[in-house]
Amino acid sequence: MSVKEATKTAPAPLRAAPEPPRPTKKNRSWDEAPRWQIYLPLSIYLVFTLIPFYWILLFSLRPAGSTSLVPWPITFDHFEKVWTERSFGTYFQNSVLVGIATLLMTTLVALAGGYALARFNFKIKRAFMLALLCSQFVPGALLLVPLFETFAELQMINSLGSVIIAETVFQLPLSMILISNFIKNVPYSLEEAAWVDGCNRMTAFRIVVLPLLRPGLIAVGSFAFVHSWNHFLFALMFLNNPEKQTIPVGLNTLMGADSVDLGALAAGGIIAAVPVVIVFAFIQKWLITGFSAGAVKG
Amino acid sequence: MAQAAAVAKPPAPPRRRRASATPRRLPYLLIAPAALLMLGFIAYPVISVFYYSLQEYNPTKPWRNGFAGLDNFVHAFTDDPLFWDTLVFSAKWVFVEVGLQLLFGLALALIVNQTFAGRALGRALVFSPWAVSGVLTSAIWVLLYNSQTGITRYLADVGIGSYGTSWLSDTSTVFPAAIVADLWRGVPFFAILILADLQSVSKDLYEAAEVDGASRIKQFWHITLPHLKDAIVLSTLLRAVWEFNNVDLLYTLTGGGPAGETMTLPLYIANTSVDAHNFGYASALTTVAFVILLFCSMVYLRLSKFGGEDK
Repeated sequence: MSVKEATKTAPAPLRAAPEPPRPTKKNRSWDEAPRWQIYLPLSIYLVFTLIPFYWILLFSLRPAGSTSLVPWPITFDHFEKVWTERSFGTYFQNSVLVGIATLLMTTLVALAGGYALARFNFKIKRAFMLALLCSQFVPGALLLVPLFETFAELQMINSLGSVIIAETVFQLPLSMILISNFIKNVPYSLEEAAWVDGCNRMTAFRIVVLPLLRPGLIAVGSFAFVHSWNHFLFALMFLNNPEKQTIPVGLNTLMGADSVDLGALAAGGIIAAVPVVIVFAFIQKWLITGFSAGAVKG
Repeated sequence: MAQAAAVAKPPAPPRRRRASATPRRLPYLLIAPAALLMLGFIAYPVISVFYYSLQEYNPTKPWRNGFAGLDNFVHAFTDDPLFWDTLVFSAKWVFVEVGLQLLFGLALALIVNQTFAGRALGRALVFSPWAVSGVLTSAIWVLLYNSQTGITRYLADVGIGSYGTSWLSDTSTVFPAAIVADLWRGVPFFAILILADLQSVSKDLYEAAEVDGASRIKQFWHITLPHLKDAIVLSTLLRAVWEFNNVDLLYTLTGGGPAGETMTLPLYIANTSVDAHNFGYASALTTVAFVILLFCSMVYLRLSKFGGEDK
């Protein structure tokens, strides 16, 4: 408990007791804007945000050819069609596989590297940090050809492994920087105390540090998952076999068809969105804390 | 600070008995997997791009392959109007997107940082397009911009635009249409980052300012904005690089069309290498794009005095 207290990034806000109302028209406390200044712009923005979501839901649920603005009578034909005829069932499996493998690889490799960066001074540390930062400027999309040739040499074209490696590699630098910042926020003295108590470095890390990294690891891991779930170019380039395609490539195929089947496209889109929405709902509260702890300051 | 302690501590003799991971080698072992992956799949491809940029290299025309010196670069700068067009469009795209995303993202973050009823729900909804992919964004906006069944038909009902036009296939509307689609999912990124940073502003500062009679606008300019500066500089930079490099959305939404109107440099490079198989020339263009990005980023960090005086 006390450990958790100690590593919180900011002390609990000191809320001033409600001041006595002032004689002037400014009778609200300092952090309160007039209500309409909040709700009016927020509602306008929400309309812009939500209409596209409603639109795709509408198209996926109403019968083909209908122009009704409510999805009634409701039909799941589009979903059935996309899942079986358009092989979204297979794509879904592949995407889940790639997403989870990328998540695990990114988190593990970044955790090891992040720990080294946070806790040791070693000769090539500065050079390594510089390489991490520079890699942010390397456009993955522009490396398609040499990457393709590398994977061809490794006989990995048309295997999900190529996409998993490519996604992991491009997730790594930022993940590692984030995780090393999270680890820096955990006082070193906690680990030392565990060593004194007879733990070795690994056990001390597992018992003392790892639990405190949970929000950060959840943020980094879900980024890796969502990113690889969404990413499109690597799968498009490295997987030619329709059996091996992922969801974004399937969506692109639906859009590229000669006469676009809007219902199928919408249903495919909903299928693509569901896991992301679930992950998002799950991590939202970790996201902000994770970011404020590690992302920008450091 | 913590590192100084880290260096000082490990050599304590009693701990030497563990033969397996002596502190000296441990950091190298820990970064080895990451370093190997990055060497193999980032450094090596980058080097081969540099190498190919000096070659004539086209698998479909092997008889012409060979060392080309700077020919590819000379061709790009003197003889290829498409290179300049796409470069200018990329700059315009990045500038407009990042500017608008920052503006709306900042405004949204300030709004949802207030205390009001329904805040949690409001935040969740506002941030929701954050995780939507470029391809899915395209799919959604293709539905919205469709001339027969899209939202544009209903907008025409109330006098905005005209019936039967598809905003994505008209050269005069495609730019704003694509910008809006990308804004839709780009704004939450800034809103989330800025909101996270807003939470670490000390509330004492505002209370002090309030006592001194500073207006809310003054508080924003003199407290909030300086506090957010580093976060804003960093997130705009990352986002600009990302917007420059990312091809998912435009590739699937417009494919660079109509008539090359929305062709960015990376899209052009992808076409050159994937469709035309002109790897040598595409590599030269990639090198140019890389140098431009690096140069602009350094200038930006210098101009914005990132990190302030405390570093």
